[in-house]
Amino acid sequence: MNRYQYRRTKNALASCLALACVILALIPLVYILAEVVMKGAPALSWQFLTNRTTGTGEPGEGIGNAIVGTLLLVFYAALIGLPIGILTGVYVSEYGNNKFGTTVRFFNDVLANFPSIVVGLLAYALVVSYLNVGFSLIAGSVALAIIMIPIVANTTEEALRMVPNSLREGALALGVPRWKTVLKVILVNGRAGVVTGALLGIARISGETAPLLLTAFYSNYWSLSPTEPVASLPLTIFRYYSSPSQVLLQQAWGAALVLILMVLALNISVRFLMWSRTGRSKAVRKTWIIRLSRKT
Amino acid sequence: MAVATLSLVLVWLLVLRMVFDAQQSIARFGPGFLTGGIWDTNRDVYGALPFIFGTLLTTGIAVLIGVPLSIGIATYLSELAPPWLRSPLSFVLELLAAVPSVIYGLWAMYALRPVMVKSVEPFLHSILGWTPFFEGDSVGLDKFVAGIILAIMIIPTITSVSKEAMKAVPDSQREAALSLGATRYETTSMAVLSYARSGIFGACILGLGRAVGETMAVTMTIGNSNRISWSLLDPGQTMASLIANNWGEAQGLQLSALIEMGLVLFVIALIVNAFARLMVGRFMKRIPSTGGGL
Repeated sequence: MNRYQYRRTKNALASCLALACVILALIPLVYILAEVVMKGAPALSWQFLTNRTTGTGEPGEGIGNAIVGTLLLVFYAALIGLPIGILTGVYVSEYGNNKFGTTVRFFNDVLANFPSIVVGLLAYALVVSYLNVGFSLIAGSVALAIIMIPIVANTTEEALRMVPNSLREGALALGVPRWKTVLKVILVNGRAGVVTGALLGIARISGETAPLLLTAFYSNYWSLSPTEPVASLPLTIFRYYSSPSQVLLQQAWGAALVLILMVLALNISVRFLMWSRTGRSKAVRKTWIIRLSRKT
Repeated sequence: MAVATLSLVLVWLLVLRMVFDAQQSIARFGPGFLTGGIWDTNRDVYGALPFIFGTLLTTGIAVLIGVPLSIGIATYLSELAPPWLRSPLSFVLELLAAVPSVIYGLWAMYALRPVMVKSVEPFLHSILGWTPFFEGDSVGLDKFVAGIILAIMIIPTITSVSKEAMKAVPDSQREAALSLGATRYETTSMAVLSYARSGIFGACILGLGRAVGETMAVTMTIGNSNRISWSLLDPGQTMASLIANNWGEAQGLQLSALIEMGLVLFVIALIVNAFARLMVGRFMKRIPSTGGGL
């Protein structure tokens, strides 16, 4: 084999290797989806979705309270996390061209990748230990909100940076005060990006398990009170996954199916939202490079 | 401004509160907490070493398996794939990151574990059984399975960041290599990978950070043993899985020790993530074409 052939072979081999990596990584994804659908689908029924968990493995059990619990946890978390996240994003993008803004941005980036169990401990420290509320819905929501804030803040900031400067200058030149410019011109123009960020945050927190284990705990009952422990889909799976009872195991798979459908639906809708405004979305996806290239 | 300050200050206040909660354990064990090899609820003695050890070992497996795969994928996505395939393929890979970790755990338990026990682990034992890493028989709840699951979970993180780093390499680099007659492979390895290496390195550290803190999937697969064992086929425990496993019944000194463990994890995660951010940030800043914005 001469030198030229050797180089060509090496090239072809390396290309195949890279493709093999992609295929290898896709196997778990397809396998997980198939497994969850196949094992979870038989569990699904109207009764399963509306009855509450009892943990005994008797017929007529459901995951209704866990579904409601997850929705409540996410709802309260969004209630706390969205305003803080969006305001932080607005601050960093519009007023953050100074040292303090840079610090906030840096910490947002670091916190966005923080282990969720540590966030759970932080929420525990605040709500359960300091405020003395005990394991509760609100403690879980605070944990989820802390996870959500950096994601929402980052996406909001990126979306607002996409608003052309000429709009800012135009409004300011007309004598509009700064806060009104932000509210009426910049937020209105960047709203699609802000909504994307909100959905992204919600998608991320709805499957979180570890922080809920430390804060919201679990309850077999229908509980709507913010100060009581509450059931959630991820924790239902965690409680039943090693159960010797086939019925409970089946329920874990059912809960997994419901959860994965929820999370995937959210993720896919975010993607479509991005695609529907391609020009800007590409920019949004690329801007984190720009963000990182800023002084951090 | 106030809100931005609030979220920043709040985190640090909460860390202080955690220190306060861990006071009992800090006072009792001092720095010996980090080197203590025993975690015994009956005698009320708590040391973090087995869990730091377990975390290092599982993270090591995850990085060893995950990094080459991720770099291969990133190379394919940014250099080799036909343009129409790139965007859908990266989206599908991002979905891998969206799957909740408790579902990874469930899948590992009932789909991955049988495969590992039946074929992969006996095979590794038969050829590498003479090393301390693959001693003994396995039941499928061990550090190796946990490491594999972690590897799968960190792939999307490393892939997406190193893909962005490769995309940020100026085309002139590629063109220069190609015009000298280099093949695709030579172009990629000489011009792209070596140019983007600090960005890719940052991506790997980011993935490492994710593996260190990952909780549920590890808790469900690692087998939960508080003993130090070099063999990957033995059960173990990581810092995160220890907290998740013992949280429900912990009280008093044990609770305090668990919170101290959380503090250790916090510090590690902070250092790893900040370092990775700085790495990636410095690389991206070097690239002239992406310095847009205001």
